[in-house]
Amino acid sequence: MINITEANKKVVEAFMEARPVVVGTALAKDVIPGMHADLFLHAGPPITWERMSGPIKGAMVGALIFEGRAKTAEEAYKILESGQIKFAPCHEHSSVGPMAGVISPSMAVFIVENQTHGNKAYSGMNEGRGKVLRMGAYSQDVIDRMRWLNDVYAPTIDAALKLIGGVDIRTLLSKALHMGDDGHNRLDAASILFATILAPAITTVAKSPAVAAEILRFMGENALTILNPVMAGCKTMADAGHNVEGSTIVTCMCRNGTDFGLRVSGLGDRWFTAQSPVVKALYFPGFTEADACRDIGDSVITETAGIGGFAMATAPALVTFIGGTPQDAIKTTLDMYEITFAEHKMFTIPFLDFRGTPTGVDIRKVVEKQITPRVNTGVAHKDPGVGQVGAGVVSAPMSLFEDSLIAFAEKYNI
Amino acid sequence: MAVIKSQVRSGVYYDSARLMQLQRTLANLPGVVDAGVIMGTETNKELLARVDLLSPEAINSRENDLVIVVSSDDPKIAEEAIAKVDELLAARKDTGETTARPRTLEEANKILPESSWVLISVAGRYAARVARQTMAAGKHVFLFSDNVSVEDEISLKAEAAEKGLLVMGPDCGTAIINGIGLGFANKVRKGPIGLIAAAGTGLQQVSSRIHQLGSGLTFGIGTGGRDLSEKIGGVTFLMALDVLIRDPETKVICLVSKPPSPAVAEEVLRQARKAGKPVVVNFIGRTPISRHSGNLYFASGLDDAAAIAVDLAKNPPAPYVAPDLGLNRFVKGQKYLRGLFSGGTLAYEAQYLLTEYVPKVYANAPINKANKLMDALTSVEHTIVDLGEDEFTVGRLHPMMDNELRIRRLLDEAKDPEVAVIMLDVVIGFGSHEDPVSEIAPAIVKAKDIAKAGGRYLEVAVVVTGTEEDPQKLSAQIEPLKKAGAWVNTSNEEVVRYVGAILQGLNGEVVAEKAKATPVDLAVLKKPLEAINIGLESFYENLKVQGTPTVQLDWRPTAGGNEKLIGILDRLKQYE
Repeated sequence: MINITEANKKVVEAFMEARPVVVGTALAKDVIPGMHADLFLHAGPPITWERMSGPIKGAMVGALIFEGRAKTAEEAYKILESGQIKFAPCHEHSSVGPMAGVISPSMAVFIVENQTHGNKAYSGMNEGRGKVLRMGAYSQDVIDRMRWLNDVYAPTIDAALKLIGGVDIRTLLSKALHMGDDGHNRLDAASILFATILAPAITTVAKSPAVAAEILRFMGENALTILNPVMAGCKTMADAGHNVEGSTIVTCMCRNGTDFGLRVSGLGDRWFTAQSPVVKALYFPGFTEADACRDIGDSVITETAGIGGFAMATAPALVTFIGGTPQDAIKTTLDMYEITFAEHKMFTIPFLDFRGTPTGVDIRKVVEKQITPRVNTGVAHKDPGVGQVGAGVVSAPMSLFEDSLIAFAEKYNI
Repeated sequence: MAVIKSQVRSGVYYDSARLMQLQRTLANLPGVVDAGVIMGTETNKELLARVDLLSPEAINSRENDLVIVVSSDDPKIAEEAIAKVDELLAARKDTGETTARPRTLEEANKILPESSWVLISVAGRYAARVARQTMAAGKHVFLFSDNVSVEDEISLKAEAAEKGLLVMGPDCGTAIINGIGLGFANKVRKGPIGLIAAAGTGLQQVSSRIHQLGSGLTFGIGTGGRDLSEKIGGVTFLMALDVLIRDPETKVICLVSKPPSPAVAEEVLRQARKAGKPVVVNFIGRTPISRHSGNLYFASGLDDAAAIAVDLAKNPPAPYVAPDLGLNRFVKGQKYLRGLFSGGTLAYEAQYLLTEYVPKVYANAPINKANKLMDALTSVEHTIVDLGEDEFTVGRLHPMMDNELRIRRLLDEAKDPEVAVIMLDVVIGFGSHEDPVSEIAPAIVKAKDIAKAGGRYLEVAVVVTGTEEDPQKLSAQIEPLKKAGAWVNTSNEEVVRYVGAILQGLNGEVVAEKAKATPVDLAVLKKPLEAINIGLESFYENLKVQGTPTVQLDWRPTAGGNEKLIGILDRLKQYE
């Protein structure tokens, strides 16, 4: 007979004991398991070309141009519609990608290694805010920046990481949570810490002072520099707790702009999906909710691991996204304690007297209390080629948790 | 054509989310076409250009500059909007409580671990589940919710009885615990009276009257209107009575109910007789025959109940000592009365008075047709026979003159192993038998001997009606009866009440054993009240006003009320 309590303890222990270290960068085709020339990864649960949201379609177009397999968007669409390219969720290949989350074979990715359990995860280079590939944009400047990231930025970062023996993501996040970051939408502190740690090594390994300056300027300007390694780090934590018999803990949440996907530790690799919700957001000048793509991206892996929206109470500057006061941020975190199994040993919240962040979403509690996980997120334009239009908060659809609970009862004959 | 107005502030930093919010507020101002509030980075300036908000000032702004741009058809409106920025940036929302309300009983319990009460006023279909969770946490239940099924009430109260917890309700509107009002309650001072009510406004009326009359309450315990019904069996009422009997500060107990089930009311009164303190009773619709019986005081109404209770608290009567009825003389199985009367009125009065003691008395001349004896010659359970009725006097003298038939019946009844008491009347005076006792007394001895031979004790109670001046002389009639072992009195009521008390004693014990509940812990009840409220916010506010530590639960139905999911969640508990 299964023991849910013991199983869940095992899962959240794995989450918390996992020690992700970003050790280097490499090309996706060289490191991501199962990657091949015609495989393009995307965020969220599995999706066909026909049902794919605008941002992912746009990012796929950009990726084909980036790979040199298409010169124009028209050419790219023809290839994509031909069925020649296979699509798969990042999550099924030990990877995660923010927003569209597209990873094509030649893209550079961070390698994050869980030094406790030995598993690895991968995520691309972060391009910054605004008009970017991950938001579905594919104009020439977007492609140029991707090239620079691949050819200049990634190799330098790789060399720098190797020189200093990697950067411990868990420690870095623990500090950043005390500096106003939530670990998902707000990573200003973490990115600065990352840049500060790497700066001496970058100046040492860079081909020229000019390259070093260029890279450091980019890192300094991009408050999301660390987002991708953080997501990959969270992915190694969640994967360390995946596939534990009898556990009701969620080990994967993700969205592709069409569907919201969920996996539960005790239910293996089965996907539960529901329509992805509309984000309650604040919009950039000139945009409204009518422009917004449904919730998208693998970045909710941070909430899955116990930070992001769950750590809202420690990131008061973010509260405007949820409509107001620091008390609302605290309430969000307190609500998440209601649906999680544990409090994090490493990630703490000073304001709550250093209480650990709510960790390990328990599908039983979600269904019982009818509270779903809160996610802090960016919003992409619904059409390919535009980019980011705002940011806000969203709650995961309840039906996912209800469906998975029913499946759990069926699987274990309960 | 819209006019663009802008302002650039150097060297200021605002969180981008805050700026987006500010921008939304500006754009929503009347007369404003669009607005942009950004830090002057290249990306942001591109965004402004896209929507034609890039003013010359904005073009020249740098990344540490706050840029505010407003477009409007009226330049004055645009300028006024920009002038509002400082005010909007400084605006603060009212900050409420810093701790979120708990959503579960466990969470609430962490905040208020000493709470021993939970007030439940959620929708009826969810109430039973919440009440069960409350009892699982070892807390008493104040259940205001209505539309709780009888089946749920039965099972809730069975669980409560097992755990020694009070379930007040369902549909319990009011209670007063240690001077604190729960639900709808009046501000009533503390005092020596303990009130139990299966009637919400009844409790309010009586407690208010007690207060007005200068006294007060230890407890006012509501039980819910159905508690004294046949199906529920007065579980809460009896548990509350038991705890008030044990409470030394409760000097007088007052019981109030809407019309109760007769059998349950009987059981309540049986327990009340053992209280060892005065108990005032007002069961609406159950008109008392006597105002006072032992330690019980029967009130004619709610107001009367309050007045009697206050009076008894002020002027305590001498402790009532129940007479020794010698119940241990009887053997198991002896429980019935047979009344063999010569006088019709005496027989009627006996039937009437006995309604206070036993549910049903059969008779050949019944006060209630439903109790008509099928065959006057054959007694059934409790039976009263008037041998002066025509059916017996055809071809023979009236039994006041001829004892033969009565004596034969007396000896017959004595043989019945279920008979415990036989009641007789002896009416003397002019015209009656010249010395009835000369025949009856030996018959009584014989009857008692018959019972004795069967291993039983038979009580014979006799009322003698007459005077010393009568030809037969009262005392001369009484003496031989007493010698024969009879219990004798000259008041028919006294004899009937004596007999009634014995019958009550012999017929109640079985019920009592069945309904044995775990006693409520008096010490817990006496603690200063702390309570968790689930449901109506006003109940929470009321408790706060009274200075009671309380927590309001942000409750919502488990699994949204989905039965299938609730079933799974319940079953999963076995795997924890």
